[in-house]
Amino acid sequence: MRIELNGATVETAAATLAALIEEQGFDAASVATAMDGQFVPLATRGTVELHDSAKVEVLSPMQGG
Amino acid sequence: MFYGIDLQSRLMLGTAQYPSPQVLRDAIAASGAEVITVSLRREGAGGDAFRDILKQSGCRILPNTAGCHTVQEAVTTAQMARELFGTSWIKLEVIGHADTLQPDPFALVEAARILAADGFEVFPYTTEDLIVGEKLIEAGCQVLMPWGAPIGSGQGLRHREALKTMRAHFPDIPLVVDAGIGAPSQAMAAMEMGFDAVLLNTAVAKALDPVAMARAFGQAVAAGRAAHDAGLMPRRDMAVASTPIFGMADLA
Repeated sequence: MRIELNGATVETAAATLAALIEEQGFDAASVATAMDGQFVPLATRGTVELHDSAKVEVLSPMQGG
Repeated sequence: MFYGIDLQSRLMLGTAQYPSPQVLRDAIAASGAEVITVSLRREGAGGDAFRDILKQSGCRILPNTAGCHTVQEAVTTAQMARELFGTSWIKLEVIGHADTLQPDPFALVEAARILAADGFEVFPYTTEDLIVGEKLIEAGCQVLMPWGAPIGSGQGLRHREALKTMRAHFPDIPLVVDAGIGAPSQAMAAMEMGFDAVLLNTAVAKALDPVAMARAFGQAVAAGRAAHDAGLMPRRDMAVASTPIFGMADLA
């Protein structure tokens, strides 16, 4: 399945958002996730199924003003 | 009081654009700030180091929704920030114009209403418009953050009289001048006018010596607040001699 991860097209075998986070090597507890513009809490990532061309954002703390 | 939190230092400091992580760390310490702002972005290099700085600073974290132009973007970003930083504080920015980075007041009020209802403690980045301020309060905001000038411009208090009016109009709402401050004198002026805090970033981060400038801002904000508390003398149009005339010698 092809999805968009942080703006880049990615081919993934993961079925859920939690599996994608694991597959892509993110530290699950230190990122926040959204799919198709909607926030997905850490606790529900395992039940959120990916779909073709899903837009996934995985964000971390960064400098800001 | 900012959502029940009393702060000793009334300077809130941004964490972006510093020449190095070490300078950022030292600048936070030198400023005396107890609140620092952060953002959420796609993971890049140096993510772990930044997380360490946040922890070690001992500061309260105020995540922002910088760069968001729609209600949906801002609300989703706020929700992600709440989970990641473990705080319901959110500096709500909904930008309406790319050149001025002026807030979009309509989207701002809508996003504030959604977030306040969801338990967020919203710090809305707004203008000095009184009606927008009232709508934000009605939406659930207990703090307002009017701009001094466009973000990063260093122009200071561009609408000084309007800010004075805003202070008078909302005597019981904590007001923070956020953005556009370029010099400690401008931060001090805002504090002398009775604002509850000042939030800035670029003026410190882009100074030749950010750590020394952070210290200068900390001192200016403290002095401005002390001056306000002490009660400034009324301004007069004409001179009034301070030395008594009584007892003066006749030497003419």
